[in-house]
Amino acid sequence: MVASPLLVSDDPVLAAFADEVGDTGPVSVAGSRTRWSLGGELADDTRIVTAPTGIVKYQPEEMTVQVRAGTTVAELHETLMAAGQRTGLPERGGTVGGALMAGENDLRALGRGRLREALLQVRYVSAEGRIINSGGPTVKNVSGFDLPRLIVGSLGTLGLVAEVILRTNPIPAVSRWYRSNDASPADVVEAVLAPSAVLFDGTSTWVELEGHAPDVDAELTRLQAIGSFEAVSGIPELPPHRWSFTPAEALAIDPAITGSYVSVVGLGLVFASQTQPNRTVTGAVQEVHERVKANFDPTGRLNPGRNPANK
Amino acid sequence: MLNELKKRLTGKTDSSGDAFVDALREAISPERVKFDGAHRALHGHDASVFDGGNSGPVVYPETTAEVQAVVRLANDHGRNVVPRGAGTGLAGGAIPLGAPVVVAVTRMNKILEVDVDNMIAWVEPGVVNLDLSNTLRPHGFHFAPDPSSQQACTIGGNVANNSGGPHCLAYGVTNAHVVALEVVLPSGEVAMLGGLDAEPQGLDLRGVFVGSEGTLGITTRIAVRLTKNRPEVRTLLLSFDSVTDAANTVSGVIAGGIVPAAMEVMDQRITEAVENYVGAGYPLDAAAVLLAEVDGLDAGVDIDADRIAQIGRDNNATAVRLAETDHERALLWKGRKTAFGAIAQIAPDYYLHDTVVPRSALAGVLEEVYAIAKRHDVLVMNVFHAGDGNLHPLLIFDAREEGVLDRVHAAGGEIITASLDAGGVLSGEHGIGVEKQKYMDRMFSGDDLDHQNRLRQGFDPFCRTNPGKVIPSGHSCADIQSLRNVPDKVWG
Ligand SMILES: Cc1cc2nc3c(=O)[nH]c(=O)nc-3n(C[C@H](O)[C@H](O)[C@H](O)COP(=O)(O)OP(=O)(O)OC[C@H]3O[C@@H](n4cnc5c(N)ncnc54)[C@H](O)[C@@H]3O)c2cc1C
Repeated sequence: MVASPLLVSDDPVLAAFADEVGDTGPVSVAGSRTRWSLGGELADDTRIVTAPTGIVKYQPEEMTVQVRAGTTVAELHETLMAAGQRTGLPERGGTVGGALMAGENDLRALGRGRLREALLQVRYVSAEGRIINSGGPTVKNVSGFDLPRLIVGSLGTLGLVAEVILRTNPIPAVSRWYRSNDASPADVVEAVLAPSAVLFDGTSTWVELEGHAPDVDAELTRLQAIGSFEAVSGIPELPPHRWSFTPAEALAIDPAITGSYVSVVGLGLVFASQTQPNRTVTGAVQEVHERVKANFDPTGRLNPGRNPANK
Repeated sequence: MLNELKKRLTGKTDSSGDAFVDALREAISPERVKFDGAHRALHGHDASVFDGGNSGPVVYPETTAEVQAVVRLANDHGRNVVPRGAGTGLAGGAIPLGAPVVVAVTRMNKILEVDVDNMIAWVEPGVVNLDLSNTLRPHGFHFAPDPSSQQACTIGGNVANNSGGPHCLAYGVTNAHVVALEVVLPSGEVAMLGGLDAEPQGLDLRGVFVGSEGTLGITTRIAVRLTKNRPEVRTLLLSFDSVTDAANTVSGVIAGGIVPAAMEVMDQRITEAVENYVGAGYPLDAAAVLLAEVDGLDAGVDIDADRIAQIGRDNNATAVRLAETDHERALLWKGRKTAFGAIAQIAPDYYLHDTVVPRSALAGVLEEVYAIAKRHDVLVMNVFHAGDGNLHPLLIFDAREEGVLDRVHAAGGEIITASLDAGGVLSGEHGIGVEKQKYMDRMFSGDDLDHQNRLRQGFDPFCRTNPGKVIPSGHSCADIQSLRNVPDKVWG
């Protein structure tokens, strides 16, 4: 039996990347180094390689794009924009592979979908230097174990991503930001059907409305019933450190703990001036983590020093 | 099948004489540990066409602690475990191989908490999908995944199979709607995977548990995301003279940058069956109908509904009907959702296939599906989630006819090949189970399958939970052939 040609890569660029990664010695991929210290400092003697670049196949009519991991998110989104589309990857500098490995959501995840939902298929190089393929090119797929989910946010500790197929989404007809100094964020979330983002810094509330223009106007009218809103060009400056709260907790942030903050309402993500205390996993979950890591990377050569449990 | 049942019924009686069964009875309660032939025969099957299942004792736990006790006892006694919901799975995922203990979670059916502040509900795994949405709807919410089996299937089964449904086109399948999972791991330990916070630390073990077909443990509590009910809905029924025109309309809509809430296609044979069954108001003279729904806010739904209608007309739609009332809309959906019930009225047996193809390839692959069925002289009907390219060719037959099953399987194999050749995948929502293991190496290399197995063994190093599923033998931790035979001195 022959595997379907579309599911096996014969791309020499990927093969060259696999050769470069090889099968011995500590190794890591450098993207744009925007999240270089996430999950721990890389061990000193680690060899640094770079992932292949380029958009391989963009099919706007399928709402999918096949792209190599070293491509910047900015370049990808520029190409997609020409066809009126985008992905759920955050636009904050960095490469496609880096964004997926860091696993951080765009603050507009409510509107654009969570990062992990953007990844349909992944080709990564294993600790043994082999190209592993998982997931599939279609928007719906339950064929086998969902390794793309495992890979997102894994900080390159299970495999080094070479190429992915991402889901794209149409860019809505209009996107507008509004700010209010008197409406409570909880009321905002209740008043509108599906805001793309609601931000709160303890004083002001920002909301991004997207959709067809008359609907956005109607949503604004509903907002104006609960407070005064003015159009603004975008979001406030975000403090540097990410915290992960539940949506309920994120509505009642204590700045004595976080410092100045901007809370992403509905999601639970908070940007704060203080760093979040170290988190880790324990008990049975930790055991599964350790077994999975040992199974995927028996010699611990992939991104040594980093641990997704310590993000 | 009746003979098979009789044989099993007369095989063994309720008196256990088995230390494991006795220990289970002591740990759970004698009434909730079943070991009689009828129970075991019933739990040897799911809704798929596959048999060969062999159930050990069937237990009905009511709490996480009871599930944990069962798993620990199974480990102590060297027995395997198979989780089970309503048994509506179509890939054989819940079929017990090697006479394991079947853990039926149907009595764990409480909606524990609706937490609007966090936009989630905590539910037990045995909650029936439709019951959940019916409970949430009056509060302004629903659970988005709506499999056609939603009157029977459980949330635990939805999680295990990452199930989809018509309205998953815009809202995503089960994985997008599960926030956290309490799981009894194969070791017997209880773990919380995922969390209610924005970005739980560590690997996304929640994400891989969803869709793992009962092989990574038993989920005992699930935090599902609440979806706000949409204030405005428009439902369109478009009629066509050919299935190709309907399929081209679907790809045209997606290419046009519209993601409707749902886009379902039914061919003439199925619309006829449905009309006779429930009288949904479908046209009987159309070769295919497309049921398209858009939801959201007032202006947008009208704009999108108009555009879909136009794309339909551009693709030769012979009629475009907009449901005028809630009643009319409900009737149109009733037709779609009872399609399989309607088939059951007219055909003794059916085999429902499930592949996905790129949406631009829909029309071509459908033509092939009809040609394949014709070649093998089996009747095929198509009713499917067209919007995401998820084909559901339904092969209709009468199992009493000599040799028919061979033809059905041969046709099924060719349908899978045609889907893969078009750049598609093996399964969109039913999973691999035992059904498609033998096709896995058409989609994945040996290395790919080896990595899937590394994940599985990260959860279940001793291969105790639902062995013999998903990954084909040779790559997996359990050899399916040996599982088909019951181990020595274990329940026959
Ligand atoms: C008429 C008909 C229509 C259908 N339509 C659809 C559809 O539109 N979309 C769709 O996606 N599917 C559909 N299905 C398939 C099936 O209904 C779904 O897969 C459903 O989610 C299975 O749920 P269940 O409770 O019946 O699970 P079961 O069949 O009992 O089990 C399915 C799998 O889940 C595992 N499992 C069950 N409970 C747990 C648990 N608590 N923890 C861990 N693992 C568990 C089992 O081991 C098994 O592998 C349909 C089936 C039928 C018969």
